[in-house]
Amino acid sequence: MTKITPQDVKKVASLARLDLQDGEIDAYTDQLEKILRYVAHLQEIDTENIPATTRAVEVTNVTRDDIAQLSPLKDKLLELSPHSEGRFFRVPKILSD
Amino acid sequence: MTISKLREKLKRREISARELVEEYIQRISEVDPSINAFLKVTSEKALLEADQIDKSVASGNPLPPLAGVPIAIKDNLCTKGVRTTCSSRMLENFVPPYESTVTERLWSAGAVLLGKTNLDEFAMGSSTETSAFGATSNPWNPSKVPGGSSGGSAAAVASGECLAALGSDTGGSIRQPASFCGVVGLKPTYGRVSRWGLVAFASSLDQVGPFANCVADSAELLNVIAGHDPRDSTSLNVPVPDYCAELLKPLKGLRVGLISQCFDQKGLATNVKNSVLKAASQLEVLGAELIDISCPRFNDGIATYYVIAPSEASSNLARYDGVKYGFRSEGAENLAEMMAASRAGGFGSEVKRRILIGTYALSAGYVDAYYKKAQQVRTLIRRDFDNAFTQVDILLTPTAPTTAFQAGAHSNDPLAMYLSDLLTIPANLAGLPAISLPCGFDEGGMPIGLQLISNVLEEKRLLQVAYQYEQAADVMKDRPKGEFIL
Repeated sequence: MTKITPQDVKKVASLARLDLQDGEIDAYTDQLEKILRYVAHLQEIDTENIPATTRAVEVTNVTRDDIAQLSPLKDKLLELSPHSEGRFFRVPKILSD
Repeated sequence: MTISKLREKLKRREISARELVEEYIQRISEVDPSINAFLKVTSEKALLEADQIDKSVASGNPLPPLAGVPIAIKDNLCTKGVRTTCSSRMLENFVPPYESTVTERLWSAGAVLLGKTNLDEFAMGSSTETSAFGATSNPWNPSKVPGGSSGGSAAAVASGECLAALGSDTGGSIRQPASFCGVVGLKPTYGRVSRWGLVAFASSLDQVGPFANCVADSAELLNVIAGHDPRDSTSLNVPVPDYCAELLKPLKGLRVGLISQCFDQKGLATNVKNSVLKAASQLEVLGAELIDISCPRFNDGIATYYVIAPSEASSNLARYDGVKYGFRSEGAENLAEMMAASRAGGFGSEVKRRILIGTYALSAGYVDAYYKKAQQVRTLIRRDFDNAFTQVDILLTPTAPTTAFQAGAHSNDPLAMYLSDLLTIPANLAGLPAISLPCGFDEGGMPIGLQLISNVLEEKRLLQVAYQYEQAADVMKDRPKGEFIL
């Protein structure tokens, strides 16, 4: 069981796109360590040749014909955006200088 | 008042739908300032809908099954034109442009929306204390939590603020608050009820279900919300039986399994254990046979769940990026900064914690050790249940290891909070239907819940056993006085 460091939390936060404050990082380091230590006992269970369960009840893929349709909700969906302009969502610049 | 009694009264015009809605709105205005079960009360809309039903009664039209039933909806189910927040700053101003399938079915059956109820933020919690809009209190004793995450719905039904409610259950979020608040809470089989329009938390576990005052009402609600939905590809395309049809069927010959691992818990309160074992003997009196059952991996449910659920949550919640809807932090220099700042500002601490756990468990180098391992243990937990159901018809456990705890008791110890879901989680991992109903009270007058678990799609049997127990035991008859209980 690897020990969780503040660097691990910073890395995971950056993967998850969460801008954490320094105080938060210390608290989460401590809590993640405790929680991951608790779940670590799963490692002791013999699961050799045991298939993984991804869904509790068996289901198969449901497909439909790929036909383009106009959404009747287009305008309403654009209205929900914090910033929209015409038919577009407006965001800050994507590449830094 | 039960749903069938209300139907009779409406038919005989002893009460109008408007009078009924007015009574409930009055009750909400009296008690909700103390309980905080509701995030929004939709009084005007409810009265308009009630008037429609009264018109229909007056013209002699046949009434739909839930005509005039005032219902509260957990605020993670999308309601068209009515703000749906998930108790999060992230969705504080989100007004869905569409209606969830379950609520659509309720309104088509004549039910009336009274309002949206409080929950742990994004349904992540066991006490309704992680809501961004303030905690909900337990109507039996406001210094205690109502359970969670559907604590608002449970408290609203318990305090008489609505006749019934909907919640969602990912690891016990319907059953545990039902137990803490002394009401009936049902989690159907995974896929029995559509999840379309339910804001996603952990997609392989989430399921919508009803809260009610009695088992018969739960059956009536399930009759309406169950069924295939082409918009949810995990919803099961199998016929919906009449869940009310066999409530009266006697239990003679029924085999009831007592999972030994549940009763040997260190953390199981003695009064809870005794009360649940007493309920088991009551079933024996009704003609059932009690059989001890071993589910060796039952107690690994929590560890399994706290890998799988946060992993799925971290993926599901990636959609909140400040672009298309939800909270956006202003002033960021570029897109990546804007997203990270919006997510940091919009999510509360429990949601962030689960995103971090899930992202860690899915990150390169750890995915096999955590996520895949948990999915394999999930298979073992399912197999234990499969094996149990070759020997018994139904399983019986306490719903929660204790009665409702004090507000703030676990606020600095997330792991202690997670452990309160120990007995409810395995049914989610295996996709099984399960119900919680009151079976007694502790010395402090707080309700104790009994959990019944049946095999996949056997809600009919689950409701039959629950109904027979409820009628025979009648635990609410001698209930202690609760501060906001009628």
